[in-house]
Amino acid sequence: MRTRYNVFSLARNAMRHHADWPKAWRSPEPKSSYDAVIVGGGGHGLATAYYLAKEHKLTNVAVLERSWLGGGNTGRNTTIVRSNYLWDESAALYEHAMKLWEGLSQDLNYNVMFSQRGVLNLAHNQHDLREISRRVNANRLNGIDSEVLDAKGVKDYCPAIDLRGGGRYPVLGASLQRRGGTARHDAVAWGYARAADALGVDIIQECPVEGFRISNGRVQGVQTGKGYIEARKVGLVPAGHASVLAERAGFRLPVTSVPLQALVSEPVKPVLDCVIMSGAVHAYISQSDKGELVIGAGVDKYVGYGQRGSLPVTEETLGAICELFPIFRRMRMLRNWGGIVDTCPDASPILSKTPVEGLYINCGWGTGGFKATPGSGHVFAHTIATDRPHAINAPFSLDRFRSGYLIDEHGAAAVAH
Amino acid sequence: MLLIDCPYCGPRAEVEFSYGNEAHIARPLQPEALDDDDWADYLFMKTNRKGVMLERWVHSHGCRRWFNVARDTVTYEILAVYPMGAKPPKLPERSYL
Amino acid sequence: MAQRFRLSDGGLIDRKTTLSFTFEGRRYRGHPGDSLASALLANGVHFVARSFKYHRPRGIFAAGAEEPNALVQLGEDARTEPNLRATQIELYDGLAANPQHCWPSLDFDVGGVNDRLARFFPAGFYYKTFMWPASMWMKYEAVIRQAAGLGKAPSEADPDSYDKTFAHADLLVVGGGPAGLAAALAAARSGARVVLAEQDARLGGWLLSAAGVEIDGQPALEWVAAAEAELQSLPEVTLLKRTQCFGVYDHNFFALNERVSDHLPLAARDPRLPRQRLWKLRVKQAVFATGAIERPLVFRDNDRPGIMLASAAETYVRRYGVKPGTKAVVFTNNDGGYGAALALHRAGTKVAAVVDLREAPEGPLTAAAQAAGLDIFAGHAVIGTDGGKRIAGCRIAPLDESGKRAFGGGTPLDCDLLVSSGGWSPTVHLFAQAKGKLVWDEAQACFVPGDPGRPEQRSAGAANGAFDLTTGLEQGHAAGLAAAAAAGFKSKGRRKPAPPKAAGDGTMGFLPARFLYLVPSDRPLGQGGKHFVDLQNDVAASDLQLALREGYGSIEHVKRYTTTGMGTDQGKTGNVNAIGIVAEQLGRPLPEVGVTTFRLPYTPVTFGIFAGRDVDDLLDPVRTTPMQTWHKSNGAVFEDVGQWKRPWYFRRPGEDMAAAVQRECKAVRDSLGLLDASTLGKIDIQGPDAAVFLNRVYSNAWSKLAVGKCRYGLMLGEDGMVMDDGVTARLGEWHYLMSTTTGNAAAVLAHLEEWLQTEWPELKVYLTSVTEQWATLQLAGPNACKLLSRFTDLDLSPEAFGFMEVKTAEVMGVPARIFRISFTGELSYEINVPASYGQAVWEAFMREGETYGITPFGTETMHVLRAEKGFIIVGQETDGSVTPLDLGLEGLCSKTKDFIGKRSLARPDMALPDRKQLVGLETEDPSEVLPEGAQLTESVPETPTPASPVPIAGHVTSSYMSPNLGRSLALALVKGGREKLGQRLYAPLADGRTLACKIVSPVFYDPEGEKMRA
Repeated sequence: MRTRYNVFSLARNAMRHHADWPKAWRSPEPKSSYDAVIVGGGGHGLATAYYLAKEHKLTNVAVLERSWLGGGNTGRNTTIVRSNYLWDESAALYEHAMKLWEGLSQDLNYNVMFSQRGVLNLAHNQHDLREISRRVNANRLNGIDSEVLDAKGVKDYCPAIDLRGGGRYPVLGASLQRRGGTARHDAVAWGYARAADALGVDIIQECPVEGFRISNGRVQGVQTGKGYIEARKVGLVPAGHASVLAERAGFRLPVTSVPLQALVSEPVKPVLDCVIMSGAVHAYISQSDKGELVIGAGVDKYVGYGQRGSLPVTEETLGAICELFPIFRRMRMLRNWGGIVDTCPDASPILSKTPVEGLYINCGWGTGGFKATPGSGHVFAHTIATDRPHAINAPFSLDRFRSGYLIDEHGAAAVAH
Repeated sequence: MLLIDCPYCGPRAEVEFSYGNEAHIARPLQPEALDDDDWADYLFMKTNRKGVMLERWVHSHGCRRWFNVARDTVTYEILAVYPMGAKPPKLPERSYL
Repeated sequence: MAQRFRLSDGGLIDRKTTLSFTFEGRRYRGHPGDSLASALLANGVHFVARSFKYHRPRGIFAAGAEEPNALVQLGEDARTEPNLRATQIELYDGLAANPQHCWPSLDFDVGGVNDRLARFFPAGFYYKTFMWPASMWMKYEAVIRQAAGLGKAPSEADPDSYDKTFAHADLLVVGGGPAGLAAALAAARSGARVVLAEQDARLGGWLLSAAGVEIDGQPALEWVAAAEAELQSLPEVTLLKRTQCFGVYDHNFFALNERVSDHLPLAARDPRLPRQRLWKLRVKQAVFATGAIERPLVFRDNDRPGIMLASAAETYVRRYGVKPGTKAVVFTNNDGGYGAALALHRAGTKVAAVVDLREAPEGPLTAAAQAAGLDIFAGHAVIGTDGGKRIAGCRIAPLDESGKRAFGGGTPLDCDLLVSSGGWSPTVHLFAQAKGKLVWDEAQACFVPGDPGRPEQRSAGAANGAFDLTTGLEQGHAAGLAAAAAAGFKSKGRRKPAPPKAAGDGTMGFLPARFLYLVPSDRPLGQGGKHFVDLQNDVAASDLQLALREGYGSIEHVKRYTTTGMGTDQGKTGNVNAIGIVAEQLGRPLPEVGVTTFRLPYTPVTFGIFAGRDVDDLLDPVRTTPMQTWHKSNGAVFEDVGQWKRPWYFRRPGEDMAAAVQRECKAVRDSLGLLDASTLGKIDIQGPDAAVFLNRVYSNAWSKLAVGKCRYGLMLGEDGMVMDDGVTARLGEWHYLMSTTTGNAAAVLAHLEEWLQTEWPELKVYLTSVTEQWATLQLAGPNACKLLSRFTDLDLSPEAFGFMEVKTAEVMGVPARIFRISFTGELSYEINVPASYGQAVWEAFMREGETYGITPFGTETMHVLRAEKGFIIVGQETDGSVTPLDLGLEGLCSKTKDFIGKRSLARPDMALPDRKQLVGLETEDPSEVLPEGAQLTESVPETPTPASPVPIAGHVTSSYMSPNLGRSLALALVKGGREKLGQRLYAPLADGRTLACKIVSPVFYDPEGEKMRA
């Protein structure tokens, strides 16, 4: 029986100088065969494995991670969680995730520090105001908490902001989702890994997938850096590398992988108690529990697998932050990094069966995948276990690019984070 | 920040250019003759190469002309620049997992 | 107050001038040339900070950019700045610094209780608790947030300015130490354009604190001065001091941060100069001569004030003329550490002991120390320290051969200073940022540059693992020559130039050494006392071991779980020790454990420089029309449309917006209005294939449009979605003028160019944006013709100048293009005149138009009037997901030709009956205006904010009170709406009201179009 994490076990272990804590997860060698293999040990992949085991009692499962778990976009994002999406289909998916977030620490017995400090999307002109009103009204009918703030409401909620926006981008109002916020990104990967491992899932790191064995249109197994592993069901959750794996499985995807940057400042005492996003000036910002300002930048426009961004994007982002928060101009950038995000033409993800039987794909989250982690894993596990999409992810099929039933979230959120 | 050698203006910083994604995707001459799958393939499917990618750029804050670039999408090294309509030069294969 | 620890001579400070400064409100004195840290030490102040987690007292640990402890809050009010390293702040008169992260004072800090409870706060403790009850997390978190953070952000807007500079050079040399100077000299003498960047205010690097070193027969600092003078004299050389190269980007692009005026007293700062500057530098070649950073030894309770790096002690003595203690213990594992012992000894500090991990100490400095009679304890270790706010003593004990065990409880030694040296780590940050491969140098126990990411980037000197001065100078010299040659500059003269030659003690590197990453003590690790690895984040060796015990096995996991190396110093002193300790615990070779990714910036960089001058109004250009002056002085209220400022409405005294818009709307319908439509995009299209081209890019047919005629066109993306619309006129056989929406003008031009150049290069068509060449005045209303006729000889009779025609004529003697088109549904002319005449014509229209009560109107009135007519606005009725079929514009989609987007319209889901379609809405209460963005339902939801989803039937895209109809009207996109005319819908609003409305035709006014055709 695994040690449960709580204040008592912490105190008990403190008395023993923390010498007896068990491993959060095992590091087994891969078996030669699994009922299902999940390719990609980020948040979405680990969540998929966890829900396969928990909800579908499929425990003979391996998660294969090319490097260290949680080291892709899970460990590189700006941790924003919200569900106030425009379209019914997206709202259902992200709200499904939101409900899971709300009990996640307790479910996993791992504090993922889900902090519902509120997410503001700023409006800087009449068009923005109209779009915000449209989205807020749609959210409410979809059962999602959402409200419109006027400029004074924004200032009350976020005193650090300059409503003048430096004069060029005045803040006219905002949408607010109070249940939105942030979570500790690494903890999400670790928490899911620990909980999946406890249910019997093998988590295998430093195990790149090099190819697939496919016969009669059906997947038989995966070729990995640690040898061939047989599996009749394979779920791909490879984020930026979706196209690379799809190509090896013989099909193409409508995704483009581009660098996305983020950065943090040095830590300071609490000064920003909510998440601020602005599509017009392309920036979003929050303050972590450690005190760092966590700032997201836009994407570089070209295909890039380099996990690094370019200076002009940093300039544009910090220029926007300095405009909205003139008090932050003397703050200093501590770390700047990049991830690879796979973006879809309609800025909505793909959670789908593929042309190969037994092979499923979860990708295309663009810049906003972190917030969906629990919901994505939950419905993707359903898809893999039952070979049928869950009602929530049915609209997010690959087939929509053929039929034209796109879920275009561009218009509503110029920055789809 | 990339330094892109515009065939018409010479080397210029990345900020002067806009990106046009994958090169050599010809618009079908008779779109009506395509089935939905083939049309979707033309419209949306991408090679999204990790390795040497043939792609289109336009010098939007310069001469406004389009051209092709062969670029390694991991190292970001630019291996060739060639005009629209030209065939890509022979380039080494680079494969990354 | 006297500087009790200032040496009477030596150092690079100006004792003749005394500067006054305060720390925590107490006044101290220092000299020009001091850092804040050296000045505090001169006054006997070691204890300057509290650590992040346990609030333990901390002192000045280093003397440069690597400082983990001595972070202070500098300055006050709007100019305050948190987390600055005291070691890098140049002292100026009047400087005011304060400790941070402590309350109520540095000396008595309530947060210090954390240290007592440290046992309950191991690495990652927060992942294991604060989960019950779930509802309490936000309360727990608020406490955690208050406890975290370091300094305070300013609470007022930054009054200073920042700037950016672009530069190009043949060679960038980063680092002005011996290797960097040798590289810069070698390259610059060949004529290459060289930029030399040094983070310090002085060139020289470690030579500034070296003793007895000669280069080319001169004392080292004289050689440095001569090198600086020579570089200054060369016209192609740019010397940047106080400039940190913090980032390497692709294709040899570098970002540097120059601190222009931070080092000056406030009153001496030139307000015309920026505070700091971002250099954006593109070079052909680069040499990284960034030196190396000393590593401390990790022993128990190695964090008390008074404990510092050996090299830092040397620097304080030699560069700053400060005696950092009265009684010192030197703890080293290498010969180099004896340099500090000797420096302290010569400065009059009593060196109580040199404790050397090596069994048989040897080396040139060791020998010198032996000769000086210092007490050396070979094969010994410091196994613990005592003291509170200053180290009071330590205990030393012999080690076993393995170095894993100490014998006995140790011998106590009194001291007020303990310096340690654990070896050196080359500053490989820039090299690694550029994706260079690091290799492990076993002999020197450090990561050194291996294969460079790019061949144009070279490392030299200590940054390259060359710790002895002779080799460093040779490498710098060779790198400079090679870089210059690669950039096309051959060295002058026939003889190959020779590198500078070094002589003297302390030039031979730091070896030999015995490397131990974890110094044992007499108690098990983690029990009583801590071996700190990351001083700033309070990460101890026991935390690293805990992470590994719990399965966080990758070095990246260890870093993230324990936060080691994640402080503001980014682990400059701690990271290699952490990797060493992890490797030992895992039983794997250190290089196999590897490093965590090196991220920019090398040191933290002010946000302001990334914005530069592009702040406030300059963030984004403001575009205004030629009539802007008139608008501003006639009550216009503006709205932002893209970068444009457009008059939204014209307010008269006493009016609110609603009243103004109602008045403007009436005026246009009843008599005459004037709109500034100059912002609409205008694209001049010429060439023999122009008509073919238009046929392909517009969904409707263009081949039969006659010269002198206009047509409304709908432009789709290849995905079939409406992208833009506008009227295009045929001005000549091969000549068209296309108009686009205001916000899309640039995007449409780019779209057209892309198709033309990449898909249809055979078409002879040329596109030119002429948006800003013409001012566009729109006369609208029944009296439009009458007014216009006063200004032109053109025959304006309907027979001579019909609807949807264009004429070239003179208006007021100004050459003009007149389009008889209408977006308001009234008789309307759009008059294009050259931009510079725009305001004159506008004013004349206003003057003459008084007869008809001419009324200037803004975009809001235009929107109302076009909505009365059911005309769409792209971006309002459309959002990238709307097809022409959805808008009821299938008549504009040619059946007989192909066009961009046509095939997509034939996809199966494009014809689904429940797609959203454009309809009109009328509220049941005609005085009630639906809010734009309201969502619609088919039945009244039980509550306006239902807990579970309610099916959405559509949404309101445009909605206004129409004075002409005497009621409100709205346009909406409704699922299957066109089949549902007459059906009732509901708009549940956030304020609790639910408005009922009825689906009607989207054309509310003059459905036959008689008015505009009149």
